[in-house]
Amino acid sequence: MNKETSARQFAEAGADLSLVNVTKRFPGFTAIDDLSLDIPAGSFFALLGPSGCGKTTTLRLVAGLEEPTEGRILVGGKDVTDTKAYQRPVNTVFQSYALFPHMSVLDNVMFGLKRRKIADADQLAKDALALVELGHVANRKPAQLSGGQQQRVALARAVVNRPALLLLDEPLGALDLKLRRQMQLELKEIQQEVGLTFLHVTHDQEEAMTMADTVAVMNQGRIEQMGAPEELYESPQTSFVATFLGQSNLFTGEVSGSTNQVITVSVAGQELRVPTDRAVSHRGDVTVGIRPEKVVLHREKPAQSSSVTVLGPGRVTDASFSGVSTQYLVEVPGMGQIIVFAQNTSLGEHASEGDEVFVSWQVDHAFGLADAPAPEGKYVSDTDTVSVAVQEREKLEAEFEEA
Amino acid sequence: MAFGAFQSSAPGGSVAAAAPQVQRKSPVALWLLLPGILYLILFFVTPLFSLVLTSFQESVPGGFIGEYQTAFRFENYVEVVSTYFTHIGRSFVYASLATVFALLLGYPLAYVIGVKLRAYPLWQALALVLLIAPFFISFLLRTLAWKQIFSDEGFVVGALKTMQLIPADAYLTGTPFSVVFGLTYMFLPFMALPIYATLEKLDLRYVEAGGDLYANPVTVFRKVTFPLSIPGVISGTLLTFIPATGDYINASRDFLGSTDTAMMGNVIEANFLVLQNFPAAAALSLILMMSILILVSIYVRRSGTDDLL
Repeated sequence: MNKETSARQFAEAGADLSLVNVTKRFPGFTAIDDLSLDIPAGSFFALLGPSGCGKTTTLRLVAGLEEPTEGRILVGGKDVTDTKAYQRPVNTVFQSYALFPHMSVLDNVMFGLKRRKIADADQLAKDALALVELGHVANRKPAQLSGGQQQRVALARAVVNRPALLLLDEPLGALDLKLRRQMQLELKEIQQEVGLTFLHVTHDQEEAMTMADTVAVMNQGRIEQMGAPEELYESPQTSFVATFLGQSNLFTGEVSGSTNQVITVSVAGQELRVPTDRAVSHRGDVTVGIRPEKVVLHREKPAQSSSVTVLGPGRVTDASFSGVSTQYLVEVPGMGQIIVFAQNTSLGEHASEGDEVFVSWQVDHAFGLADAPAPEGKYVSDTDTVSVAVQEREKLEAEFEEA
Repeated sequence: MAFGAFQSSAPGGSVAAAAPQVQRKSPVALWLLLPGILYLILFFVTPLFSLVLTSFQESVPGGFIGEYQTAFRFENYVEVVSTYFTHIGRSFVYASLATVFALLLGYPLAYVIGVKLRAYPLWQALALVLLIAPFFISFLLRTLAWKQIFSDEGFVVGALKTMQLIPADAYLTGTPFSVVFGLTYMFLPFMALPIYATLEKLDLRYVEAGGDLYANPVTVFRKVTFPLSIPGVISGTLLTFIPATGDYINASRDFLGSTDTAMMGNVIEANFLVLQNFPAAAALSLILMMSILILVSIYVRRSGTDDLL
C-alpha cells in the first residue's frame, strides 16, 4: 500500500526516446554522425556494433554525460538536450558497474531514491534487491561481492528508480559465458515485469538478438540497419551487417538482367539470381549474399532449375566438425571460398578435404546488398598506432589552444 | 593504530588494500630492518628515555643554575601545566585554526590539480611544481619575508589603513593573526599534497554514476567525492596539525609572533636554552607528545578510516 503511493513519483511506464540528427565530434574524430533514432516506449532496443562505432557515446549522450555537438535528444517527447544528467529521468547500468565503494549495497541502491526524496526508500531498495535475489547481501560493501552479484546490484540500483528509460552499457561484458546467458534471461524478464524502455548497448550480436525487440547495427557513428533480429539476419542490407551479424558468403558482380521477380548478377561467368524485393539496388555492381546454413553441398551436379542457384564443381579445402553441424570451406574457381554449414542430420554423410563438390541454394534465400564489401580491413582500428599518434597530437594541440 | 591513516590507499580502488598475508619468517627481512632499528634506538629511543629521566629531575640544593640531579619529582609536571596552561591551550587553538584554514585552502587546490587539470597533463605538472616550489627556499627565509610584508611600514598594513579597514594604530606582526597565517602558509603543501594524491586517483565514473542517480553536483561532492577522499584529508590534517602544534618559528618574537602569541615550542625553547630549566622543558615536551598522540588517536578512530583502509 505504501508502495503504491510512492510509486506515483516514478515513471508510470517507459518513455519514448528520440534522437534527432545528433552529431558528436571529439577533437580529431566524429563519434556519431547525424544519427536519428526513435525508440518506442516499453521496448527493448539494442545498439549493436564493434568497439569504437559510437554506441557507448550514443548512450552517454542520452544519459547526459556528454553533450551533443548538434541535434536534439527527446525523452517522452520532452527535449532534454540542455539538461544535466541528474535532471533526466534516465538511469544507467554502467559497464564498470561504478558501485560506490564506500557505501553498503543497500545504500548504493537507495542512493537515487534518497536524492529524489522518495518516501520508503529503504523498503523499495530492499524490494529491488529481492528482485535480483540479493536481499541477503544488503549490508555488505560492493568489494565483497562477486562480479555477477555486483552486476545485479548495479541493475537494482538503476531499476529501483523506475526510470522512464534504462540504459545498459554492456553490463554483461565482464561476466563469464554461463552467467551471461543467465543474466540475459533475467534482464529480459525484469524488463517485461516492470515495463520500462531499455536501451542496451553491446558488441555481442547473439546477446543483442536474443534480448532485444529491435536491433540497430551501428558502424562508424551511423546506423547501418535497424529492425527485428530475424529481419536483420535474414535480409541484411549492407555488407557490414551481413558479416557482423553472423557469417555470409558475398559475391560482387554486374547486373546482367532483371525481371519483376529476380535480378541476375553475373559473377565470374556464373549467373546468380536474387529476388528483386530482397535486393537493395537493381543496377550496376551488386553484391549478392547467402548465409552459410542456407547453402547445400552436393556430390553430383544437381538439376538446374530457375529457383535454385548451383555453383561448381569446387573442392573442399577444409571441413571442421562441431557436433551439431559441420563447417566446410569450398573453393569454387572464380568465386573464391564459400562457407557451408551442413546440419549433421544423418550418419556418415560427410565430405572430406579434397573432395569435388557442388553447392546450391534457393534463389529466395539470397539477398542483394547496397554496397560491396571493403577489400581488406573494413575499418581502421582506433587503437592502431597511427590513429593513436594522431589523437594524441590533436589532444595536445587542443590543450595548448584552450590554454 | 593512528598512523595507519598515512597508508592512504586509492579512493575506491576496486580491490581493497592487500589483505594481510601470513609472511614466512625470513632472516633477510630482519637484516633489512636492522639499520633502521639501530638508528631509531640510537637517535629516538635513547633520547626519549633521557628526556623522560630529565623531566623528573630536581635541582641540586645550593647548586648552580642548570644543575639537576636524578629524582622522581612528579611536581615538575604539575608546575609546568599550571604555569604554561595558556601556552598549551594557545598551541592547540592556533594549530587547529591553521589546520582548518589549510584544509579550506588546500582541498580546492588539490581538487583542481587532481581532478580538473587531469585532462591537461602539462598544466597539472606545472601546478604541482608550483605547489612544491616553496620547499626550495628555506622556511626561515620565507617566514622572514612574511614578517617584512606584514611590517608596520609594509604595503599590506599601509593599504589596509588607507582603506580604513583597520584603525590607524593597528599592526599585524606579533598578532595571533600573523602567527596563524604563517602556520597555514607553511603547512599548506602538507595538506594539499596527500589530498591531491587521493583525488588524483579518484575514479570519475563514480561521479558520473552519482549524477546519473539524480544527485546534483553539490550532493555528488558531499556523498561521493569527499567521502572517497577522506584518507587524503586525514593524512593532510595530521601532517599539518602535529607539526603546527609544536611549531616555534612562526610564533617566535623574531618572526611573526610576540610574547603574547608564544606557543609550547617557544616555551620549551626558552626553558631549555634561556632559563636552563631542563626538567620543566622535558616535562612540557612529553606533555606535548602525549596530548598530540591522544588527540590524533581519537581523531583517527572517530573519522572511521578503518572502513576505508
